[in-house]
Amino acid sequence: MKLGFYPGCSLEGASREYNESVMAIAEKIGIELVSIPDWNCCGATAAHNLNKELSLSLPARNLALAEEAGLTELVVPCAACYSRFTMVQHELMHDEPLHKRVNEIIGKEYKGNLRILNVIQFIDEYVIDKLDENVKFEFNKKVACYYGCLLVRPNKVLKFDRTEDPQTMDIVMKKLGADAIDWAYKTECCGAGFSVSFTEAVARLSGNIVEDAVHRGAEAIIVACPMCHSNLDMRRKEIDKFNGKKSDIPVIYITQAIGVALGIDHKKLGLQRHFVPVNLKDFKPFVKKEIDVEKPQNMEVE
Amino acid sequence: MSEFEPKIVAFVCNWCTYAGADLTGTSRIKYATNVRIVRFPCTGRIDYMLLTKAFASGADGIIVSGCHPNDCHYTSGNFHARRRWMVFKKLCDFMGIDTRRIVFSWVSAAEGVKWADIVNTTVEEVRKLGPYESYHKLSTQDILA
Amino acid sequence: MARIGVFICHCGENISATVDCPKVSEVAAKFPGVAFSTDYKYMCSDPGQSLVVNAIKEHKLTGIVVSACSPRMHEPTFRRACAEGGLNPYQCEMANIREHCSWVHEKGDKTDQKAIDIVRMMVEKVKRNNALLPIKVPVTKTALVIGGGVAGIQAALDIANAGHKVIMVERDPSIGGHMSQLSETFPTLDCSQCILTPRMVEVAQNPNIKLYTYAEIESVEGFVGNFNVKIRKKAKSVDETLCNGCGMCTTKCPNKKNPNEFELGMGNRPAIYVPFPQAVPNIPVIDKTQCTYYKNGKCKICEKVCQPKAIRFDQEDEIIEVAVGAIALCTGFDIKKTDFFPEYGYGKYKDIIDGLQFERLASASGPTSGEIRRPSDGQVPKKIVFVACAGSRDPAKGIEYCSKICCMYTAKHAILYKHKVHDGQAYIFYMDIRAAGKNYDEFTRRAIEEDQAQYIRGRVSRIYERDGKLIVVGADTLMNAQTVEIEADMVVLATAGVANKGAEELAQKLHVSYDQHKFFSEAHPKLKPVETNTAGIYLAGACQSPKDIPESVAAASGVAGKIACLFANSELTREPLIAMVDRQAPPMYSSCTGCFLCQPVCPYNAIEREEVKDRNGNLVRELAFINPGLCQGCGTCVAVCKSKSIDIEGYTNLQMYAEVDALLNS
Repeated sequence: MKLGFYPGCSLEGASREYNESVMAIAEKIGIELVSIPDWNCCGATAAHNLNKELSLSLPARNLALAEEAGLTELVVPCAACYSRFTMVQHELMHDEPLHKRVNEIIGKEYKGNLRILNVIQFIDEYVIDKLDENVKFEFNKKVACYYGCLLVRPNKVLKFDRTEDPQTMDIVMKKLGADAIDWAYKTECCGAGFSVSFTEAVARLSGNIVEDAVHRGAEAIIVACPMCHSNLDMRRKEIDKFNGKKSDIPVIYITQAIGVALGIDHKKLGLQRHFVPVNLKDFKPFVKKEIDVEKPQNMEVE
Repeated sequence: MSEFEPKIVAFVCNWCTYAGADLTGTSRIKYATNVRIVRFPCTGRIDYMLLTKAFASGADGIIVSGCHPNDCHYTSGNFHARRRWMVFKKLCDFMGIDTRRIVFSWVSAAEGVKWADIVNTTVEEVRKLGPYESYHKLSTQDILA
Repeated sequence: MARIGVFICHCGENISATVDCPKVSEVAAKFPGVAFSTDYKYMCSDPGQSLVVNAIKEHKLTGIVVSACSPRMHEPTFRRACAEGGLNPYQCEMANIREHCSWVHEKGDKTDQKAIDIVRMMVEKVKRNNALLPIKVPVTKTALVIGGGVAGIQAALDIANAGHKVIMVERDPSIGGHMSQLSETFPTLDCSQCILTPRMVEVAQNPNIKLYTYAEIESVEGFVGNFNVKIRKKAKSVDETLCNGCGMCTTKCPNKKNPNEFELGMGNRPAIYVPFPQAVPNIPVIDKTQCTYYKNGKCKICEKVCQPKAIRFDQEDEIIEVAVGAIALCTGFDIKKTDFFPEYGYGKYKDIIDGLQFERLASASGPTSGEIRRPSDGQVPKKIVFVACAGSRDPAKGIEYCSKICCMYTAKHAILYKHKVHDGQAYIFYMDIRAAGKNYDEFTRRAIEEDQAQYIRGRVSRIYERDGKLIVVGADTLMNAQTVEIEADMVVLATAGVANKGAEELAQKLHVSYDQHKFFSEAHPKLKPVETNTAGIYLAGACQSPKDIPESVAAASGVAGKIACLFANSELTREPLIAMVDRQAPPMYSSCTGCFLCQPVCPYNAIEREEVKDRNGNLVRELAFINPGLCQGCGTCVAVCKSKSIDIEGYTNLQMYAEVDALLNS
């Protein structure tokens, strides 16, 4: 099984552990992730604030390259890259003149036949069914699944999970034996790109998230976005200052959590790289359980 | 040379689409002038030979529109129209009549905006296809001569 | 030789602003067969009509084309003028150059050309019109009222008081509708039950009204003046003629823990129940899905305690057929439930309730006997948040319209809350306060000034639960869009008013049109607000769009007036625009081959087999015959007839081909 893969800058830099853990579980499940040859930046937050055509062309080039390489599905773990990719795909497919213009700029023709998957879609489609046979340890912890702002939005483009109260990560974690709590900040903003330029805002926004998770007794926050991870993990000092109390709740990528349950070496998953140390121990051997969660229907109106 | 202006004939039912087109008017929504509306009591009344007649008389495109499924004023006329359209379309394809020039749609009495959209898109689509010269020529040839 | 008159209307400036009317008239004068052509400012005015009448006489016209608005608007007007001029009224056609031309295009040659084409097409059509005689049909002077809410009650009483028979059909076991669930009514705060109950009793006692509760419409056939309606009377498992309403069965029923629909799930009721104490009729029904006997085959306690022996476990649904002349649709509305709102927890928080549930909490006969207590733990909420426009005016939720009643009832709720919880504080998040109506704005001012409701202008983005409190996160747009967080004990969502359950199916049974939100459509938004597009069927109340009580009652009286007008005639004239099968002299008899393919497509079973016999009585042929009393003129048979033996008046093959021909050969 071969799928396309777009790491983007985060997974090569600040969030290497995300990359490592995605690769580790893919290998374990038997999926080969093939990076797009000669990939470039997705444009991130900067491009679409400055130049519309640039913000469309940067992801479009990557998509066209992936198509040229014969890939049909593309896994994009970074939620921001994923958001840019899907938005560009949506815009180009719904605006013919714009599509032509962008093709001109990138000097390639993007036909639009690529399916773009974020990490939870990837898990939902390729990993979840293989968990029962591969999982070694039960992730017997109370966890708060944090989706952030980009992963399941905008609804009309993604048509995946429920925008305001998503469930996919909760279902995965429950399958691994975790107690996924119902909490208030699942899709609230973490402060995103203000991480560097306006740290006070991040301290406040991420502070509320950490505080609510701790208050409700969570032992770990599960994320699927490098930006969320940076803000909740790297900015913990500022967060604790804002909240006026120290917190030691670790922030773990969903792929790391799966990796732990699959029995992959913690080092291989990059768990040692976090600012807030991950000291999760006492995992019990996994016993398959039937969980009674219904797959959520997308209830929002188009 | 001025741009080609396609001639579009719309065969519509009295209860839904004709009323819908009235609503487009009442709401003052603008659309292309190319369309001429022919009123029928029901899409079920529309004899598809009229479509070939319209092409023969110089139409470049045709819209057939009535009530949404289940909403027919006469219970089932639109279903019969749809069923006969399926057969007629196959016949057209077989005979080489360009079915891209025939738009079959449902427009209710409350869908004034949709009516304007359908007219505008049909005009644009047919404009791209160009005048239906091949049929016009065929139909005006004096076969007996 | 045809002598057609063409009359181009300016409609003030409605047409003449974009269409060059004199030019159209000039061009039309040269069409073959046109004997007279003119334009005039208002053709529908008295002088305009006289102009038509005089022209017909003076120029010996054989047909007229009035080129003006939609035939759906003024066709009857000009048919009358046509008749006044001495022509058959069906020698008149309307060319729609307003709705289909002047209003939808800009001024210019193309628009003028279109108007000319439309006129040409109708000239060619009218040349081929036949003189027709209207069909006379009798009127059944009984009205059917569907829905027993306040609108239905008002309509039924008014029609009955005009001296006509009324049949009322209500889906629930009692009439009363949503109004019977309300506590007090705005803007006077008089008790809803107190003003409604006497009217409900009046319905039951009026000798002209026959009431069927727990019944639904099975099918409707026929046409104005002559509808045949099948009503399904659902089995109540109780003999209505014997039951005296003593209530023994409901008190003794051991199976009492069933969610009470009338209390919107905030209370329980027995399996055999009367929905509320003031119910009309006061006859219980057995809920077959909950009853222990129906589920397990054991119990029958109600049967044992019933003194008049009225319990009938073997009762089955009954179909009743009635003939009526007119139908009043008063089926009301529904509201969105709290589970429609993902950002407010998908209905998982017990203390987030909807407006109707609050009505029950505030009602003296409600589950808390009128005390405001929250559903989760029965505590009195000290801080309560009302969210107006929950779902309404929100395209993202698919509900673009304003639900209209929420601004007023939310103000009422805040007032009632303050009257019952003196030390409590009410907050109201709103978009706009829409309080247009007699004494309405004063009422909302009262909520703010006398009862200290805090109005916050902004939307609520999220509500979540934390430590037993509901955290309401919103914005105050009048305070620089500051985020507002309120720790509330209870939240009331003024959820959007939507079409009632089953509205779509009912509309399809009755062949009335409805909009994208499944609200029934009126025939004209301004001038025919209580009529539907189907003659003889009328609309009142919130089945048309969300309406408050005074509006519903006014519309219902309007409907009653319309029906009384209809019933003032002993017979009605029907348009003779019906289909007929070709007939010729023997030995041909008809071009009909007797294939009868037309029979299965006719929705009205109007096509019969006619036997043609020779003078010796031997069967010669079997031909299709269309019963003119049943044919509604859809014309589907015309299109399926292989030998082109069926034609339909008003839309004959000759007319339609001539129209298409005229349209394009310009």
